[in-house]
Amino acid sequence: MSEDDGRVVFEPKIVGFLCNWCSYAGADKAGGLQRSYPPNVNIIRVMCSGRVDPQFVLKAYSAGADGVLILACHLGDCHYKEGNYHAMQRHRMLLRILSEHGIENERCRFDYVSAADGDKFVKIMNEMVYTIRELGPMDRLNCWSDNKLKQGG
Amino acid sequence: MNTKPKLGMYWAASCGGCEVALVNINEKILDVAANFDFCFCPCLLDTKKKDIEEFADGEIAVTFFNGAIRTEENEEMARLLRRKSQVLIAFGSCSYEGCIPGLSNMHTMAAHFKSIYIDNPTVDNPNGIVPKPQTQVPEGTLTIPAFYERVRTLSQVVEVDYSIPGCPPESGQVWHVIEELIKGAPLPPKGSILGAGSSTVCRECPRDKTHRKVSRFYRTYEIIPAPEPCLISQGVICMGIATADGCGALCPKVNMPCIGCYGPPEGVLDQGAKMIAVLGSMIDAGERKGLSEDEMARRVDLILDSIPDYSGTFYKFSLAGSILGGRRP
Repeated sequence: MSEDDGRVVFEPKIVGFLCNWCSYAGADKAGGLQRSYPPNVNIIRVMCSGRVDPQFVLKAYSAGADGVLILACHLGDCHYKEGNYHAMQRHRMLLRILSEHGIENERCRFDYVSAADGDKFVKIMNEMVYTIRELGPMDRLNCWSDNKLKQGG
Repeated sequence: MNTKPKLGMYWAASCGGCEVALVNINEKILDVAANFDFCFCPCLLDTKKKDIEEFADGEIAVTFFNGAIRTEENEEMARLLRRKSQVLIAFGSCSYEGCIPGLSNMHTMAAHFKSIYIDNPTVDNPNGIVPKPQTQVPEGTLTIPAFYERVRTLSQVVEVDYSIPGCPPESGQVWHVIEELIKGAPLPPKGSILGAGSSTVCRECPRDKTHRKVSRFYRTYEIIPAPEPCLISQGVICMGIATADGCGALCPKVNMPCIGCYGPPEGVLDQGAKMIAVLGSMIDAGERKGLSEDEMARRVDLILDSIPDYSGTFYKFSLAGSILGGRRP
């Protein structure tokens, strides 16, 4: 939580999985251009967006993330040919599971950032932080306190 | 005085199928009786809770606990049996990972009570009475065990030594575990999964797994799959690839998809997420060239629309024990 004009602002925790070849280089590009963006995103570099197992996303939520970003190469640009197709297809499917579990789709964003997309990267970061801040913190799902569980308790 | 080690079996939120799986070891049940004092099993024996309470702590050598934790009573029995048992084994999918009772975590307790006791077309309940832990009647206060908001697995409530997966566990595997106990084999490391393999159902499935693309999904009533090729490649959602082996691939061998009752294989935390990882890399949305990123997503969505119930399909047995554990309240 940070203070903004005396008002307490929720600072979301966001985990970003960035592909090594495009999106991570895009983030580097933003850094090289000295663009500033919110520091809420914890970046994890992966060799390919296709390496992002949906378990990683769920684990991030259960470990305290309020949102997860998966950034991939543009379609057709994957260093491994089709890892980003797999990532995109998994993401579309994961969104269905998340909606059924009452988790807003905005909390899991998939997008394409190339090594030249420094400005797009900054834009995505700003949008993501803004969106999650509007949604508020995510209730943890699996920390059942015994008292809360009980009927009439 | 009976000096044989004591064996117990208890059911919490379960169907009784686990007890059937135990007696399905057939005549070998006599070996169980010869080697153990089968001291507690409400489904088969007449011993009561008070008899267990009279035991010293740790007096029961091994307890097979089946069923999930749905009510206050289930939790009380889990704690009692944990205290009285040296080795507590989560027996079957319900106690191991929530199983079918765990699917109720997709809804709230209030929603369940509404659909069961109020909206149910065969129930006439004009006053909207739903069960509650305490009810005042002229004679005094009636109490029943409280119903919990969530179904939990046994290990989310008490410390569990081992788990035997399956809905129900295959009798051969059950016997294998009991046989090891009778032989006095050294106990495996705590937390081990007993009665299952370390790979996936695919290892035991004889189907041909070379074709690896799928462009539409079918529900089981929509298609009679060919007997040879892998079911997933025919568009049938077979959970085998995200499910531990040990059952002998019974379902795919009779042309039915695996529904995942043996839970996640070794090294997998979340069966549903693993299934997404698998299917996500198999979907074939046709010619990709020249399509925009939005158009690709739309095409994939069209294919995905043919699966009606993701959580119920991918987490049929493992919802309560999964990473998310159910729908957010």
